Amino acid sequence: MSRREWPLWEVFIRARRGLAHNHVGSLHAPDAETALRHARDVYTRRQEGVSVWVVPAAAITASSPDEKDPFFAPAADKVYRHPTFYEVPEGAGHL
Amino acid sequence: MNPDPAAYALRLGDDALILSHRLAEWSSRAPVLEEDIALTNIGLDLLGQARALLTYAGEADGTGRSEDDLAYLRSEGEFTNCQLVEQPNGDFAVTMARQLFFSAYQLELYRRLAVSSDPTLAAVAAKAVKEVDYHVDHAAGWVVRLGDGTEESHRRMQAGIERMWPFTFELFESDELTGQLGANGVAVDPAVLRPAWEACVTAVFTDATLQRPSDGWRPSGGRRGVHSEHLGFLLAEMQHLHRCHPGATW
Repeated sequence: MSRREWPLWEVFIRARRGLAHNHVGSLHAPDAETALRHARDVYTRRQEGVSVWVVPAAAITASSPDEKDPFFAPAADKVYRHPTFYEVPEGAGHL
Repeated sequence: MNPDPAAYALRLGDDALILSHRLAEWSSRAPVLEEDIALTNIGLDLLGQARALLTYAGEADGTGRSEDDLAYLRSEGEFTNCQLVEQPNGDFAVTMARQLFFSAYQLELYRRLAVSSDPTLAAVAAKAVKEVDYHVDHAAGWVVRLGDGTEESHRRMQAGIERMWPFTFELFESDELTGQLGANGVAVDPAVLRPAWEACVTAVFTDATLQRPSDGWRPSGGRRGVHSEHLGFLLAEMQHLHRCHPGATW
C-alpha cells in the first residue's frame, strides 16, 4: 500500500512579548489549521510560547551549503561592519 | 441524608480517569507522531482533573482515602463513570467521536460548575474549562476532516458516531444526587446541558457532512456502578501494577 506523507511545516514560536519568533522545529500536517494545532501540541507543552507561526516548508527558499563560501566568506574580514568603533557612554554597559 | 458532594466529585473524577486511560492506550499507536502527542496531552489534562477530583472525593467523604486508593483499589462496581468513557478506542474515528461527545458535554458542564457553591468543584472546573475547550476544538477538527474527507474516511466517521451515540444519553440523566446537589448550587443538573451539547455536535455533523444518528438504544447505569463488559479489562490493566506492588513509586 502506498502511503502519502502529509506535507512538512516549519514551526516558529515567540516565547514572550517583545521577542521575535524563533524556529523550533518541524512537523507534518494535512493543512495549515491542523499544523497550528499540532505545533501547539508538540512544541508548546511546557509553556514555551505566546504565539505560533507555521510555514509550509516548501515555501521556504534556503541558501545551499554549496554556496557557503560565495555567500558568507566575504563578510569575514569586514570588521568595519561591526559596530565596535563607538565609545559606549558610561551607564549603558549592556546594550 | 445530606447530599453528598464527594459522590458527585467521584463521578466526575471517574469519567476523567477512565477516559484518560483510554487515551493513554493510544500512546505509541496513533496514526502519526503529532497525533500521538496530542492524544496523550489530552489524556494528561484529564488525568490532572481526575487527580484533583478524586483527592477531593476522598477528603469529603470522611474515609481519608487518597487519589491512589480510589483509582487503584476500587472494583468495577464501585466506579461511577459513565459508560461512554469506558468504550474501547476502536479506530481513530471512533476515538474522535467519543472525544467530541464527551468533551462537548464536559465543556458545558464545567462552564456552569465554575460558579458552583462548592469552592473546590468551582476551582477545578474553572481551571479545566480552558483545557476542555481545546479538546472540543481538536476532536471537532478531526470529525470534520474525516467526515468531509474521502469516501473511506466518511464511512468510518459515520460509523464512529453511530457507535458512540447510544452512550451519550446517560451523560444527561439526572438522579437523586444531582437533584439534591443541584438544588443547593453545588452540582449542575445534567439534563439542562443537553440542548447546548446537541447544538454543538450537530453543527459539527453539518460541517462534516455526517448524518445525525437516530435515537434508539440508551444504555445506562454507570453512575450506579453498572458497566459495559469493557471496564473490567481496562481496570485490570490500570490497577495491576499498584495491586501487585502496593505503594510503588517511580
